[in-house]
Amino acid sequence: MAKVEAEVGKRPEGVWGGLIKWIDDRFPMTETLEYHVTKYYAAKSFNWWYVFGVLAFVVLAIQLVTGIFLTMNYKPSADEAFASVEYIMRDVEWGWLIRYLHSTGASFFFIVVYLHMFRAMLYGSYKKPRELIWLIGMLIFFVLMAEAFAGYLLPWGQMSYWGAQVIISLFGAIPVVGDGIVEFIRGDYSISDITLNRFFALHVIALPLALIGLVFVHIVALHEVGSNNPDGIEIKEHKGPDGVPLDGIAFHPYHTSKDLVAIIIFLMIFSAVVFFAPEMGGYFLEHANFEPANLRATPEHIAPVWYFTPFYAILRAVPDKLWGFILFGLSVVLPVFLPWLDRSRVKSIRYRGWIYKSALTIFVITFLTLGWLGVQPAEGIYVLMARIFTVVYFAFFLLMPYYTKIDKTKPVPERVVYHG
Amino acid sequence: MTEDDADRIDRNRRHFLAVATAVTGAVGAGFVAVPFLSSLKPSARAQALGAPVEVPLGSIQAGEMVRVLWRGKLVFVLRRSDRMLETLDEHADKLRDPNSEVVEQQPEYAANATRSLQPEWLVVEGSCTHLGCAPLEDFEPRPVEGWDGGFFCPCHGSKFDLAGRVFKGVPAPANLKVPPYRFVREDLILIGQDSGVA
Repeated sequence: MAKVEAEVGKRPEGVWGGLIKWIDDRFPMTETLEYHVTKYYAAKSFNWWYVFGVLAFVVLAIQLVTGIFLTMNYKPSADEAFASVEYIMRDVEWGWLIRYLHSTGASFFFIVVYLHMFRAMLYGSYKKPRELIWLIGMLIFFVLMAEAFAGYLLPWGQMSYWGAQVIISLFGAIPVVGDGIVEFIRGDYSISDITLNRFFALHVIALPLALIGLVFVHIVALHEVGSNNPDGIEIKEHKGPDGVPLDGIAFHPYHTSKDLVAIIIFLMIFSAVVFFAPEMGGYFLEHANFEPANLRATPEHIAPVWYFTPFYAILRAVPDKLWGFILFGLSVVLPVFLPWLDRSRVKSIRYRGWIYKSALTIFVITFLTLGWLGVQPAEGIYVLMARIFTVVYFAFFLLMPYYTKIDKTKPVPERVVYHG
Repeated sequence: MTEDDADRIDRNRRHFLAVATAVTGAVGAGFVAVPFLSSLKPSARAQALGAPVEVPLGSIQAGEMVRVLWRGKLVFVLRRSDRMLETLDEHADKLRDPNSEVVEQQPEYAANATRSLQPEWLVVEGSCTHLGCAPLEDFEPRPVEGWDGGFFCPCHGSKFDLAGRVFKGVPAPANLKVPPYRFVREDLILIGQDSGVA
């Protein structure tokens, strides 16, 4: 380990080394690379749950590149938007591929981010001293939701239009100022060309900039504190004579090699969807959206894209407009408070008792069921189920301070543990 | 700098200047924000396009409805048949606001038993008061279900009667909104303007 370190810190010789020195005297290039990459130490006990951060980064890159190319042919106007998307699909060389990469990327962004967040819940990654990383991460999640919502209006299909109508109308539930807010968001008396144009601006400029800035801050905060690990212990507490954590290995080349395998597997699955099931049976691209927006008729069956359905199910479970809006908002925001709701002495699920293990299992089932209910019609048994699972969803968070405190934990080891 | 020099710094004055600069800057930022935020409001063109629309009524038969757009919003114009009008006072107990008491939902002249200027003609916005979907027409009565005919919202199941009044136990909180309108002639209405009509 120490020998490897000595090599990493050395500058190459000759012209190349001279160039690097020239830059380093003017910009902290080597210093930054070492701090964040070659001398950033993370636990060697990482498992597959730890690949989703890197994968989220990969999807972000896919979305940025495909998005830029889509923008070159898309027209953000109510008269032309739908036709321009069809133009991309039919007449632009490889346009269909670029568009499917982007639409599939949107769904995969949420798959990867949800798994990334679940990893944090498994191993207590949001707990002290990583609360701020979690808060920034939640902000990224909110911006991502806004980004996805704004992007969904752009094809100007039936579901684009009426989905936006429903979600924007939500703000009308706010007493007194609600209607004013709705008009302000739309910039018109109904969703129109003006709304489409500003959503385009948000989708391609404002929100991506915010997203990139937040991701940068997320990583800086992570590298300040250091990554958590499946045992939920601080590897910095046991350092070798060279100051390197005994249980840590450098991000590059060690973790990056493992991440490369994950990226390849991810791209295989991603490509399979792009080439063989880009609509994913109406879940990634909804069928109603192949019809241009019709201001005179709502589609018979209206549902948001799958990644919003758990929260949408909660909205529909409440038979009151204002309370539906409040509970919907709360269900999205509550995870922000996890670092303070969780009172357990240990971080990792490995050393937690049966209570938290059961609670987390029930939560996963609840989240998935709510997601499924969100695409079912709001009638009969579905409404009853949505109400029951809404209660369970909130109970998981609101009772957490209690059940994590009484849960019997196991002793945590001093050093990381290998499994297999 | 010696300690004596440091003591001579007027910290109150320095603090005052810092606060004054910050406050002035904040006020300036507030003023600069106004044009940016105002640019997001409906523009002059959007307001102009929101001008009233004329709807000729001559060709609409009893029991028929037309859908028109005013300010990009869907408006239903329904010519109610005698049978339809008779049902209106039969289910008042099932309605949330049978007497149109929520003032924002209709102009004063439509706060009556038929929610209209003339009993025959219903003019309401085709936008569910829950989350803005367009309700579907479901005019055929089904006595077995106790349904006298009305509107049904496919999104979240809200129901309205043939005067656009909301039923109890559905997510929509209020009656369908009646837009301002007036009769220009007996067979022509103007939606979006009601001046000159009491």
